[in-house]
Order: sequence, then C-alpha cells, then structure tokens
Amino acid sequence: MRDGTGRWGRVLVLGGTSELGLAVVDALDLQPRAEVLLAGRDLDALAAAPLPDGVRRTCLHWDATSPGAAAAVTDAATQGGDLDLVVAAAGILGLGAHEDAGLAAEVLMTNTAGLIEALVTLAGRLRSQRHGTVVVLSSVAAVRPRRSNYVYGASKAGLDAFAQGLADDLHSTGVRVLVVRPGFVHGRMTAGLPAAPMATSPEDVGRAVRLALDRGRSTVWVPAALRWVAPVLTFVPRPIWRRLDL
Amino acid sequence: MARLSGWGRTTSSLCDDERVSATDAAAALASAGARGLLVRGSGCSYGDAALNTGGTALTLAPEDPTVHPHGVVVAGAGTSFETLLRTTLPTGWTLPVLPGTRHLTLGGAIAADVHGKNHLQDGSIAAWLDEVVLLDGAGRRWVTRPGDPEFAATVGGMGLTGMILGATLRLLPAEGTQLEVSNQRLPDLDQVMAALDVAARRSRYAVAWVDAFARGRGVVSEARWTGSPCRRSYAPAQHLVAPPVPLSVVTPLTARAFNAAWWRLPGHERTSVTTLTSFFHPLDGVRQWNRLYGPRGFLQYQFVVPDGAAHLVGDALGELTAAGGAPFLGVLKRFGDASEGLLSFPRPGWSLAVDLPPTPGLGAVLDGLDTRVAAAGGAVYLAKDARLSAELFEDMYPRVKEWRDVQTRLDPEGLFRSDLDRRLGLVRRA
Repeated sequence: MRDGTGRWGRVLVLGGTSELGLAVVDALDLQPRAEVLLAGRDLDALAAAPLPDGVRRTCLHWDATSPGAAAAVTDAATQGGDLDLVVAAAGILGLGAHEDAGLAAEVLMTNTAGLIEALVTLAGRLRSQRHGTVVVLSSVAAVRPRRSNYVYGASKAGLDAFAQGLADDLHSTGVRVLVVRPGFVHGRMTAGLPAAPMATSPEDVGRAVRLALDRGRSTVWVPAALRWVAPVLTFVPRPIWRRLDL
Repeated sequence: MARLSGWGRTTSSLCDDERVSATDAAAALASAGARGLLVRGSGCSYGDAALNTGGTALTLAPEDPTVHPHGVVVAGAGTSFETLLRTTLPTGWTLPVLPGTRHLTLGGAIAADVHGKNHLQDGSIAAWLDEVVLLDGAGRRWVTRPGDPEFAATVGGMGLTGMILGATLRLLPAEGTQLEVSNQRLPDLDQVMAALDVAARRSRYAVAWVDAFARGRGVVSEARWTGSPCRRSYAPAQHLVAPPVPLSVVTPLTARAFNAAWWRLPGHERTSVTTLTSFFHPLDGVRQWNRLYGPRGFLQYQFVVPDGAAHLVGDALGELTAAGGAPFLGVLKRFGDASEGLLSFPRPGWSLAVDLPPTPGLGAVLDGLDTRVAAAGGAVYLAKDARLSAELFEDMYPRVKEWRDVQTRLDPEGLFRSDLDRRLGLVRRA
C-alpha cells in the first residue's frame, strides 16, 4: 500500500524488460525496501533489467502470447501481499506486420490479448483488496493509426478501449486506472526509425506518469501537448492523411 | 463501504464499517471476510493502525461505565475518555493516563498502550489496568490480567490479538478541580531538556513545546492538581470547527511564524491555574483541526530514544527544518519504565513528537532518522506511524517475536488484520 508519504510498496510490471515500464518504475517514489515484480518471457533479461537501488526484485515468468498465462502470474504476484501498482507495459512494434500475418498475430497477442487477459485477472484481485492503481501504456497510435504501423495502432486501440472501460468499471472500488498515451518515444523499440514530431524519451514518459499519478489523473499524454494535437489529427481528411509520410 | 482515514488523513481507505454491541461481537467474528476484521475506536491514531482496506472495520457501541468507590472503573472498549471523565470526575476520581485528546476510546487506548504527560511517574495505561476482556480470533473470551502473556500481547498489540471488549482500570484520586501550571521559557534545546528533566521529577505532569526553527528553544510546562478535591461534573466546551481548506495552512513559513508567536506568548513565563481541558486537551478545542492541513493531510513523527541518544532529539529538529519541512510545535516528553506490553512504545528516555505536512524529500529524512532511532534502541510510535519500514520495525520492537507466538495462538486463523499490520508485517503469515 502507498505509505503516508505517498511512496509505493509493491509494483508489478507486465513486460518487465520494457524500457517504458522500467522508466516508470525509475520515476516513482518507492519505499526504501519496495518490491518490484518483473513479469516477462526471458527470466535472464528480467534479472538484468535496471532497477533503482535498494529495491527488491522478483522475476516472474509470464508469456503474454500464451493464452491462460495470466492466472499463474497473478497468483505469484499477489502471494507476497497486496499490489499497489500494476504497470501494463508489454508491447512490440512489429514493423511490417501488415505484410506478415504471423507477426500481426504476435503483435495482437502481446500488446492486446495477453495484457487484457492479465489485467482482467489482476483487476479481480485489486477489486477485492480495494486499493491499487493500474497504469496502461497505450499510444497516440491508438487514436490515429498510421499507415506505416497500423497493426500496432490496432493493438493499442484495443488495449486503450479496454483500459477506458476498466477505469469506468473500477470506479469507486478504490482502484484507479491511468491510461498513458505517448507519442514517438526514442528508445529500443524505435531505434533506427526516423523520429516523428514531438518525440520524447522514456524518462519523459516516466516523469509524466509519476505526476499524473500524484495528481490522480485518469489519462496522460506525453508530451502534454499531444492531448490537443491528437484529436486534431483525427480530423485530418483521409485523402490527405494517407499521403502524409508518417 | 465507507472511506475512512487516520487522524493525519494522509491515506484513505475503503472499509466495511459496522457498529456492533459487545454482545454481538462473537457474531461479527463469524462474518469476517478474506480481508479480515479490525476493531476501530475513534480513529485517533494518525496513520493506518485503525484502517483495514477491503476488510471490515468494526466499531463497538459505547456502554455506560461503572465507577466503584475504591477507585476503579469498569467500562466497555467503545467508551470514550470523554465519557469516562464525565463518569469518574463527579465521584472524585480521574483517569491515570490522559493522552492529548479526550475522543479516543478505552479499547484504542489499550491497543496502543497510550501514555500522557506523566509517563515518568505513572507509566502508560498498562500499569493501571487490572483486567482486559478479550474475544480472540477463535471466539474464546479471555479475562486477562497483568502477568498473563495474553495481557502483554494485547496491551499495545494494536488490536491484532482479538477484540478488546472492555477493561477494569484503576483511577487516580482527583486531588483538585484544576491544574496549577508553571511555565518556563528557555532559549535553546539543551536548557529545555535540562529543565524538563527536573520538572518531570518534581511535578506529576511535565511537557515541553519546542521550536524546531530556532535551535529548539521552547517552553517547559509542569502541572499538578490544585484547588479543593474535585467532585464536579466534566463539561468540556467545544465551539470551534475547523473548515476544510483546499491547501495546507501549515507551510514552512507559517509554521515558523506560529512557533515564534507561541514562544512569545506572555503566559509562557508565568504560573497560572487552568482547567483539565486546556492543559491536557488543548487541541480538542477546535473540532477537526486536522483538516487545516488540507487534502494531503499530515504525518506525526513520534519517537523515543534512551538517554544515551538524547542528541537525536536535536538532530531530528535540525534535519527536519533543513530539509524544508514544516515541523509544527514539537512536543518533548520524558519517559520512565516500559510496561509489560510486548509491542508497547514507551521506554525510558526522551520522546519527541512533531506534526509534519508531507513536503518533498520528507520521506528520505524520516527514513534516515528511523535508522538512527532504531540503532540507538529507540522506537517510532505505531499509533502515529504511516510510513515506517518493516525491517526497521523489527529492530525497534525486538519483543515482536514473543508477541507473534502469543498472537498466533490467540488468532490462529488470522482474522484480525489492519493496514499497519500489512505494511509492517506484524502478524506472522504462513
């Protein structure tokens, strides 16, 4: 549970090697001996993921693309106590997925189906503990899919819709949901890609999430100006949008 | 479901709140869900001791206390100190331990093994209890007495050994109707501590208010009962109610100004005669004064250190102001012998309590102080705490291992839970 100074005690990151997920953990005000549970496919990579000093690390095996994996990771994560924060960070970009059916399925399994399955299971636990926060890393691509990566856009749109519904469903249960919609973020996922306008860094995302959590927000765009820019993009007429090189 | 919080209002919590009479208590045990059950008194503990998020927070209905002519009161756990005083004072008796508010319940007072301004001479409430009636997690009713392990685990046990149903408390003859209070204004912490040490031995009640912003200058107050032996009714006045405010009125700037003004109050270099309420319960004069800290609430940090580590009092005041905190009126007390309570807070030495609005970086300063308090053999008061770590708790309360043995016996199914217990890992879990 968050302590009297607002510090977090037990944090679960779904997609424990995710750069954004770890940047969120890094930005958080954690209790001195907080426990961070990293859930993911590659236990060696989870064990090597950078975490703040003094934090206790627990690595949990969880394969988002394997249906039914949610139950085991939920049991393991809630065994040691209440969860204060769940960061849904698992995600792959899947460049070229619109021409590769196998890759497209993997993008949807990872970014959407696997996370939704895990969040449905975890939400039940959070609901009964009557406190907790879920941070869902969506994307501006969920609002206006781009021609170059619309499978990714579709996957994030599904996750985003789920997160909004989850927030409403959990309203007044003591559990909160924060939907995070970053624009282009420099990092491993986008390495080698031309930066889009208003690009940010994982650290920017972490800071924005921390601020939004402290202020009790339900949605945060990174950078903040995207909140106004993104809706405008949805009004760009299709003939123009499809010609834009985005 | 109700949204409850501790007196400091830093965390709020959704609990099933139910009010039951002591006779229905056994039925309430059976209805406890997966998140367990906790008996909550008046919610006067500052942090999460009286919260059970997702579970049940039960309140016991008050019962009329009975005063016996030889100076003993038998009362239900849900009875407030205010009701106790109303009953005992007209018969010529007063309560042996008076904490800073009259609103707390007898059950809460036992669960926290509370102390007053007379700890050096009279000890904590444990020293005045003849019997504590407990309904444990297995539904067994115990009448525990000093010397019993169940007594030692329950007094100061933060409500986790079972439901405290009632108690028999020895009283103090009300030697007077009023208090003769002598104040001394002193320019620095060393002099304040020296004067408090003398005052606490000389007078039954002694306390010092220290100004963290000015080298710990302060006012030492000592008091004794005066006037004709008291046989009159107790009717504390209460007319002010603090409004909810959007931002804390306590900031480093206002705290500094208030502390300075307080120090200069003309009454602080005189001897005067005052009432029980204005000496023991000055803050009760404003209802819900805790709202003045705004929606983010405040922490109270209270620790005790042995005489050998008395310098930690000054260090704490210095570090809290240096870190940009706004320590409001520090309260310094002298403590005497510890009670038999296995998780009791008071132990011989110096106790400092400061109210602190949550400012950035405060957590790290307090963590540092916790470490040094623990290393010195001191402790942080659980009834005030909202942020101590589980590791340092173990160091501060070394008798917790004995406590766990008794607690597990009394509550084998682990029915009794609180947020404090979850945070500090008080109860042994399989």
